Amino acid sequence: MEKFTQIRGTAAPMDMINIDTDMIIPKQYLKTIKRTGLGKHAFAEMRYNADGSEKPDFVLNKPQYRNAQVIVAEDNFGCGSSREHAPWALLDFGIKCVISTSFADIFYNNCFKNGILPIKVTHEQLRELMDDAKKGSNAVLEIDLENQTIGRPSGETVPFEIDAHRKHCLLNGLDDIGLTMEKASKIDSFEEKRKAAAPWA
Amino acid sequence: MATPRTLFDKIWQSHLVDVQEDGTCLIYIDRHLVHEVTSPQAFEGLKLAGRKVRRPDLTLAVADHNVPTTDRSKGIEDDESRIQVETLEKNVKEFGVPYFPVMDVRQGIVHIIGPEQGFTLPGMTIVCGDSHTATHGAFGSLAFGIGTSEVEHVLATQTLLQAPAKNMRITVEGKVPAGVTSKDVILAIIGKIGTAGGTGHVVEFAGEAIRDMSMEARMTVCNMTIEAGARAGMIAPDETTFEYLKGRPMAPKGGEWELAVEYWKTLPSDEGATYDKEVVLRAEEIIPQVTWGTSPQDVVPVTGRTPDPAAETDPGKRASIERSLSYMGLAPNTPMTEVKIDKVFIGSCTNGRIEDIRAAAAVAKGRKVAANVHALVVPGSGLVKEQAEREGLDAILKEAGFDWREPGCSMCLAMNADKLEPGERCASTSNRNFQGRQGPGGRTHLVSPAMAAAAAVSGHLADVRDLAN
Repeated sequence: MEKFTQIRGTAAPMDMINIDTDMIIPKQYLKTIKRTGLGKHAFAEMRYNADGSEKPDFVLNKPQYRNAQVIVAEDNFGCGSSREHAPWALLDFGIKCVISTSFADIFYNNCFKNGILPIKVTHEQLRELMDDAKKGSNAVLEIDLENQTIGRPSGETVPFEIDAHRKHCLLNGLDDIGLTMEKASKIDSFEEKRKAAAPWA
Repeated sequence: MATPRTLFDKIWQSHLVDVQEDGTCLIYIDRHLVHEVTSPQAFEGLKLAGRKVRRPDLTLAVADHNVPTTDRSKGIEDDESRIQVETLEKNVKEFGVPYFPVMDVRQGIVHIIGPEQGFTLPGMTIVCGDSHTATHGAFGSLAFGIGTSEVEHVLATQTLLQAPAKNMRITVEGKVPAGVTSKDVILAIIGKIGTAGGTGHVVEFAGEAIRDMSMEARMTVCNMTIEAGARAGMIAPDETTFEYLKGRPMAPKGGEWELAVEYWKTLPSDEGATYDKEVVLRAEEIIPQVTWGTSPQDVVPVTGRTPDPAAETDPGKRASIERSLSYMGLAPNTPMTEVKIDKVFIGSCTNGRIEDIRAAAAVAKGRKVAANVHALVVPGSGLVKEQAEREGLDAILKEAGFDWREPGCSMCLAMNADKLEPGERCASTSNRNFQGRQGPGGRTHLVSPAMAAAAAVSGHLADVRDLAN
């Protein structure tokens, strides 16, 4: 996994609640057996017409947002299906950070496994950041994970919370599995205890 | 005296392998269900790192999302779908994971076959790379969906890193009226608390209406907990649970059964246990439900109408209602029973069990599917199909003009050939009415199996209570 330290990038405004993972990556693209290559299908139904041409009104098709690295969206981003294809598609498109007032739990977890930083802010902060994002080519936000701040175009900063373990893993690009495997002896002894207490399990 | 604990607390605490300084927990996973869509990248990850599956004996794999619901003896026509299923078959062989092949009678939707086989048991932690894993919580287990990276983590270590969840209790008091099913109960709950109402919480369903439910009905309720944003839904195990499980192929036998039941009886929440959030509903007040929009929280009683955006003062919500109505092709203030439909889908992990088929057949009996409607019935597993056929339900449904199919996920998410065409409208017993969920441009109205059958024979959304014999 790639490390996440700081990014400075264009933020695209998605002024909608409940952006679900079916919208982020529709099911016809889940038939892949790879993690890569989904960027061109991200938000496919909102982004393309039936003939494959682009819908010019969709935010990520607008010239000033085509290289966005940040999405600013309303409540409950990533709800619905557990498909990790959603963060894979975002990442492959170039999105490294999503800012919202709330995230669905599974999507939130999935982001951290892929080097994407999901940031929760208050409704008031989101309104300000949404206004920033709507400034087109001036919609540049500076995300600093170490210091837990979002730098706005005005120069002001918005602080954010994140749990220490997740921050550590993102900053260092750590793979959870490797870390857990170091605890093999604890897992072994748990399994022995469990076998005695609940042999049917 | 020890602090009173909830069902969730008990399961959580008995599965802690390690707690880090920052509170992140490593929990042990008792059961892992695997399907073809969210596992290929996980197995690939294991291969690249030279890792094995730690406990293949606690893992069960099946292909469900991509399988055709027509004659499947000739294989899968779509190349990508076929490759995904073949990849699963290759992976289970290489890693020694138990697998129900596509032509096996035990094949079906992961969340139907787990309980059916007794793979799902009370007090367990159960995961699957699928958000509707919440279904298994009906047995008093902690069951939740995970992403593919987590699937790989569980395959490699049989554990998962998790932050503790909060406790929420939803109590449904009283008895549900005739014509109202568990699907209506959970849709009414989602309508009340919203699709983010349960975020960060594990929901325990309680109250007389829940206790009175069969296991099939309880599974429908827990299945859609994810649509309320919760991590998991659960119901305390009781005699109904034990009765359902006894004698299932993978359930404990003999002395171990007695031992297990004794333990399961200690699982219900203690008197005085506290919850971070409580919601109470009266069962008597619930009317058969139907969704009008593109989020499961866009739900009204079938006697109701589509909302009027002009009546909404919040600009964000108004825009959202307008967007949904426009996608759904519906005018404001339209009575729900006037909405004409093109298709009906009865099936899915929400409503693809034997009781659901019985409910549909009871409505279909002696009636005919309307001329403008194509109605699909897709049993949740080969065993459900077999039982329905033994009971003669297939004959009733076919006689009424329903299309009786082979088991799978089918038109719930339309990854196989069963899908809506752009603009087509469907009364569906599935769980999500998101834009394009049942096919690009398709329009979904979520309902119970009885309501879906009522819509099929009426040609439009209908109140099943008006059709009562």
